[in-house]
Amino acid sequence: MADSTNKGIGRFLETIGANIVDPLIFLGGVVANFPALFRKRGLRKRELLYYLDLCGAKSVPVVALICFLMGAVLGIQAMLQMRKVGTDIFVVDLVGFAVLKEFGPLMAAMIATGRAASAFAAEIGTMKVNDEINALETMGIPPLAYLVYPKLLAMLIAMPLLTVIGDVAGIAGGMLVGVSMEIPLAAYWSRTVTVLDFITFLLGIGKTLCFAVLITLAGCFCGFKSPPDAQGVGRGATSAVVASIFLVVVADAIITLLYSFIGY
Amino acid sequence: MDSGNIKLEVKNLCIGYGDRIILQNLDFQVRKGEIFCIMGGSGCGKSTLLKHIIGLYPPKSGDILLSGRSIVNATPEERREIMRGFGVTYQGGALFGSMTVFENVALPLQEYTDKSAAEIEQIVNEKLKLVDLEGFGKYMPSELSGGMCKRAGLARALALNPDLLFFDEPSAGLDPLTSAGLDRLILSLREQFGTTIIVVTHELDSVFSIADRVIMLDKMTKTIAAEGTPQELLKSSEPEWIHKFLDRDGLKR
Repeated sequence: MADSTNKGIGRFLETIGANIVDPLIFLGGVVANFPALFRKRGLRKRELLYYLDLCGAKSVPVVALICFLMGAVLGIQAMLQMRKVGTDIFVVDLVGFAVLKEFGPLMAAMIATGRAASAFAAEIGTMKVNDEINALETMGIPPLAYLVYPKLLAMLIAMPLLTVIGDVAGIAGGMLVGVSMEIPLAAYWSRTVTVLDFITFLLGIGKTLCFAVLITLAGCFCGFKSPPDAQGVGRGATSAVVASIFLVVVADAIITLLYSFIGY
Repeated sequence: MDSGNIKLEVKNLCIGYGDRIILQNLDFQVRKGEIFCIMGGSGCGKSTLLKHIIGLYPPKSGDILLSGRSIVNATPEERREIMRGFGVTYQGGALFGSMTVFENVALPLQEYTDKSAAEIEQIVNEKLKLVDLEGFGKYMPSELSGGMCKRAGLARALALNPDLLFFDEPSAGLDPLTSAGLDRLILSLREQFGTTIIVVTHELDSVFSIADRVIMLDKMTKTIAAEGTPQELLKSSEPEWIHKFLDRDGLKR
């Protein structure tokens, strides 16, 4: 009885270690390796461009399309309700705020999760299998600085740009619905530029930057923790996507709550 | 043994993962300019021992001295400095897949020297020529065969002219002719540059071709079962499994 209790406690502590302590140790390692960026050839331009292409350029069409459709769906649902009370024009407010504050950043984050987090985890996991991480270590090159920071910087550049594209596409989707449901284009546009301010836009971008950090760290962490075999790499990539989505949604809830305290 | 002549010293080393001990009570020394082989059956911990020696994992107890400096008790910065003093060739070459062969070999030079691009190009081409990969600099690792990847990995390990080289299973997965070519390359490195070379392998042909001395690891007792020249180990009758291991094809080398 006592033995099984001890085993249970041991397993619980192991779970805590794997899910809380290990990520914190990883985070500490990433922060501690920040100065390595400023040594000779700390950040490689070619790698940065590669990840910008992977996380940013290649995601543009799908982010634009998804956000456009999301804006259109929001517009249709809002219009169906608003029309009942004769407040059609407020569809503009709903679509605009929802896209800028929530759906633009969230959709960009979801696409980045599927594309970047899994790619980061698979890349680092495969490097482990091929002894490339060991090779970096034995060459005296810190793997955390070498592998995490180019990805992080690329995501911090790409995600806000994707969000801007998503915002524009989402508002365009809502506008298309509004215009097709008899709100004049000029009225829709005029209302949009009147109600949406720059601060709202910036708050959405602030969320995006936070998501970029979380997705990159989750992807890299799952890659570093994945067992060095083919199945392990697959599991690492899957874990990266699940962890990223979870972190993004939790972070979104917390940030939204914090924004509400300052009146946004 | 004259301590000034010792390149690597392993003292009462115990290694393992978590609660599991893989090898214990390990004591051996490698002399400067020697080709030293670490042998043993599959799963006995040869590669794990190598990873501990080169500082990738901390041992459970004991010490590892490289040129008299402890890699176990070194600070992270000291450990990195010690690591820069040796080269490692991994089983599959461990080339970085996102870089060309040239860029792989140039990486340590770009990281740790102030050489100009032209000087780096010259050195990289020299190293590629040394491993018989002249003209392959522009290729990606995925375009090379297994043996070529290993040789490219060796060129990268040689980039900073280390006086100590580690090989992890250099012959694994290679045909006998390619394997023999790699053995000749290892011998020529020692002859040309006086490099101390430590090889983890269970390929008998390689061991009998290149090794000055050998340690044989025993999976059952988790320690060194025998130490000596390959011929000494072959002649000794105790323990019997070593004799069988070394003369499994009955060729009486």
